[in-house]
Amino acid sequence: MDQVTADDFQVIDHCLMVRLPEEVDHHSAGYISRNADRHLMREEVRNIVFDFEDTRFMDSSGIGVIMGRYRKISCFGGRVYAIHADSQIQRILKVSGMSRVVEIIE
Amino acid sequence: MRNEMEIIFDAVSDNEAFARVAVAAFVSHLNPTLEELSDIKTAVSEAVTNSIIHGYENLYGYGRPADRKKVHPGKVQVQCVLEEDVLHIRVTDKGKGIENLEQAMEPLFTTKPELERSGMGFAFMEAFMDDLEVESSPGEGTVVIMRKKLGTGSWIDSEE
Repeated sequence: MDQVTADDFQVIDHCLMVRLPEEVDHHSAGYISRNADRHLMREEVRNIVFDFEDTRFMDSSGIGVIMGRYRKISCFGGRVYAIHADSQIQRILKVSGMSRVVEIIE
Repeated sequence: MRNEMEIIFDAVSDNEAFARVAVAAFVSHLNPTLEELSDIKTAVSEAVTNSIIHGYENLYGYGRPADRKKVHPGKVQVQCVLEEDVLHIRVTDKGKGIENLEQAMEPLFTTKPELERSGMGFAFMEAFMDDLEVESSPGEGTVVIMRKKLGTGSWIDSEE
């Protein structure tokens, strides 16, 4: 299974870009959250973009990751975006109600 | 046609992917749609993850390093029965069980908010499968039974 690396987290223009792994489950969620939070603490991050380009599977653990990050930045007016989400990932975001707080960009 | 399989594995997060892929592979000869496969994998992942982190409280996958001494040696059992085009899945653990099942099944309810569990596990199983039953006794374990008829297309899309 592919592992998430530090290269998957980049801050560009106050925007944290997170490239998600092929499978976002409980097993990979902790690593993603910890790395994202490190950037949130150290750098001036306003918005977060989750890039689902490589992601083929996500369960509710992924919703926990997105929700947790959303809580951390929304009080400062930050927004969360999802890009490159395929139809399955979009369904997961919709069923969980996350599509109300995450802007899905086609 | 009836077809049956059963897998038993250690309750550690490394096995979550194995469990869902095994179930998906088991139904692959029915030519399920990508959507059906994704639904099944998500539901299995939710049930198995619940057994691991709630039933046995093996939490190390959540960004925590494995401390082998603390890992609960429990097993998770996944049984699948295919009856024609209906898939029955039973996920069993002998973990600590669920005290308040009604509360546990409420969307967004979680006993582990510190782990950023979204509380959507049972809601996802319900949404992505046709049928969900949960039986649990505190101290003895939990059984999750799910059913899905394959080859019916997506009801979520058609409802929109």
